[in-house]
Amino acid sequence: MDLLTIGQIINTTLVFATALIFASLGGIFSEKSGVTNLGLEGFMVFGAFAAGIGAHYAQEAGMGGTTSAWMGVLLAIVLGVLVSLIHAVASITFKADQIISGIVINFLAAGSTLYLVKLLFEGSGDSPLVQGFSKFDVPFLKDIPLLGEAFFKNVYPTTYLAILFVFLTYYIMFKTPFGLRLRSVGEHPSAADTVGVKVLRYRYIGVMISGALAAIGGAAITLTTTGTFSHNTVSGQGYIAIAAMIFGKWNPIGAFGAAVFFGFSQAIRNYVQLFEWSQSIPQEIIFMLPYLLTIIVLVAAVGRSSAPSALGEAYDPGKR
Amino acid sequence: MNNVLKWFTRDSFILPVVAIIMGLILGGVVMLIGGYNPVEAYGALFTKVFGDMYNFGEAVREMTPLIMTGLAFAFASRAGLFNIGGEGQFLVGMTAATFVGVKFAGLPIYLHAPLALIAGALFGGLWAAIAGYLKAARGVNEVISSIMLNWIGLYLANLIVRQFLLLKGENRSVDISESASISLTWLSELMGNSRVHMGTLIALVMAVLFYIYMWKTKQGYEIRAVGYNPNAAEYAGMHVNRNIVKAMFISGMLAGLGGAFQVLGVFHYQTVMSGSPGTGFDGIAVALIGLNHPFGVLLGAVLFGTLTYGSAGMSFAADVPPEIIRIVIGSIIFFIAAQGIVRWILKPFYSKRKKEKVL
Repeated sequence: MDLLTIGQIINTTLVFATALIFASLGGIFSEKSGVTNLGLEGFMVFGAFAAGIGAHYAQEAGMGGTTSAWMGVLLAIVLGVLVSLIHAVASITFKADQIISGIVINFLAAGSTLYLVKLLFEGSGDSPLVQGFSKFDVPFLKDIPLLGEAFFKNVYPTTYLAILFVFLTYYIMFKTPFGLRLRSVGEHPSAADTVGVKVLRYRYIGVMISGALAAIGGAAITLTTTGTFSHNTVSGQGYIAIAAMIFGKWNPIGAFGAAVFFGFSQAIRNYVQLFEWSQSIPQEIIFMLPYLLTIIVLVAAVGRSSAPSALGEAYDPGKR
Repeated sequence: MNNVLKWFTRDSFILPVVAIIMGLILGGVVMLIGGYNPVEAYGALFTKVFGDMYNFGEAVREMTPLIMTGLAFAFASRAGLFNIGGEGQFLVGMTAATFVGVKFAGLPIYLHAPLALIAGALFGGLWAAIAGYLKAARGVNEVISSIMLNWIGLYLANLIVRQFLLLKGENRSVDISESASISLTWLSELMGNSRVHMGTLIALVMAVLFYIYMWKTKQGYEIRAVGYNPNAAEYAGMHVNRNIVKAMFISGMLAGLGGAFQVLGVFHYQTVMSGSPGTGFDGIAVALIGLNHPFGVLLGAVLFGTLTYGSAGMSFAADVPPEIIRIVIGSIIFFIAAQGIVRWILKPFYSKRKKEKVL
């Protein structure tokens, strides 16, 4: 195998990881505030859908490819925030089981997006093909051997945006008063309440950011890899994003690493026939490897849970 | 008589019923917004399911695996475990049943079919027990380990079908031998040649056994005690970890059996799948609608099965996209989960009743 191939694998890895990075960062915002978010999959579906139709109508209105793609992202954010309110109202205000509320989001997403697509496009199960983001090369840097191929050639803007968001999330979460309050609400809500932090408000914000980020993740899939929204555009990536979040111990940098790891496992499928040694291994073994490794790492390294202490508990001021 | 009345006015009865009605109404509103006639659509849905014997039989077939994955989720929930791995357990059970069904040809029917069913249940149980063991021994969250096991199960199932059971030139296994089939020919002929099978009866028995085990035996009591409060259970001398593994094993057995039914009763072979069938996830919805009670699960599966199977008729006769049913089911679970909302809506009725009771 040559450097070119390695570079291409890294490149594809990052493309696949992009959506997972966004969604797992979203999961971190929600869960750090103490609200379990099993609805990431649903938020991604809503985002992928909004991106598909947003970009389509923007294109119809005569906007250029990239502009219309950004319009798709924008609509994804709006829809993501809106539907995240369903999860927030149920699990924060009405104290519903947060896991169940998340599953409801997944159900609603699967149903309503396909329903709307069929409604808008005369019974077709797919949204029309849109141009999406186009790949670009970074001048000069693209000529660096290996690194150029991996990081600066044929790249999507969403990938850079995702990496930027990793550091942004880290900064917000650990270096700002907002992050401190958000975390305090997830660790010890009654103590936070005592010192005047509005617990419910911070949880609402956490869930809403979560919906927005996961929706951007879904949008990234539509606007880079598939170009259209259909029922299998997201297909389980939200659950993998949850795994990436837990795998990364609710830390943005850790989640990023885990997302890249899962992205790699998806990318490697496209290249598997290139390896001499892999010819004799059934492809299923290679497919299941990342999930197997996740379990092994969880058993060996994580063991002790590092989830926010008040995760999954509705806040009841009366119990203080 | 008084007892029956009391049962009907209980929260555990009223809340789901109101939630179902609200879900159906919400679905109707969404249909109206889309420019469809909800009365016509729901009418077409019910005609599809109850209109003729063939479709009724097929709807029952559709409900059967849902009962099993629903029971599986409900069982683990009673022990305080969130078994999101029904999907993987279903697939592993399916594959074990296919393997026995294909490879153990030549056995008499009274041995072969039961053996294939037992294999499905056993391997489904073992698959879930992995997540249970990891939780008990290493504190690994069962939600994440069972999500991982779902994917591993999918690829493992494909691997086994492709390596050992493949029908030449096709993307599926060879047929199971006749002796492993649990299809009921006489009932099938009676019901317009629909693919009804013995699994439905077994599923009903399982719901009853679930009830007896959970509420009438000491082991069931322990599992519930662990579910309510593991610390108190530990203090009372129960083995919390052992109960976690046991509850996951039984839960997985139920899901695995559901998978076995699909192969032995419906398809008689197994395909190489590009994605998981989703029955395990649907089982979560069924259990939630049924409030994690075995008889509630039966009703939940009937509701879920009727709605999903009937939705095909809805799209055929009234041209309504069948996906609307997912919205209906989603909102039903939403209203059941967020009981606060339902109570808030029912508040006027409740306060009236309270007054009467006070006097």
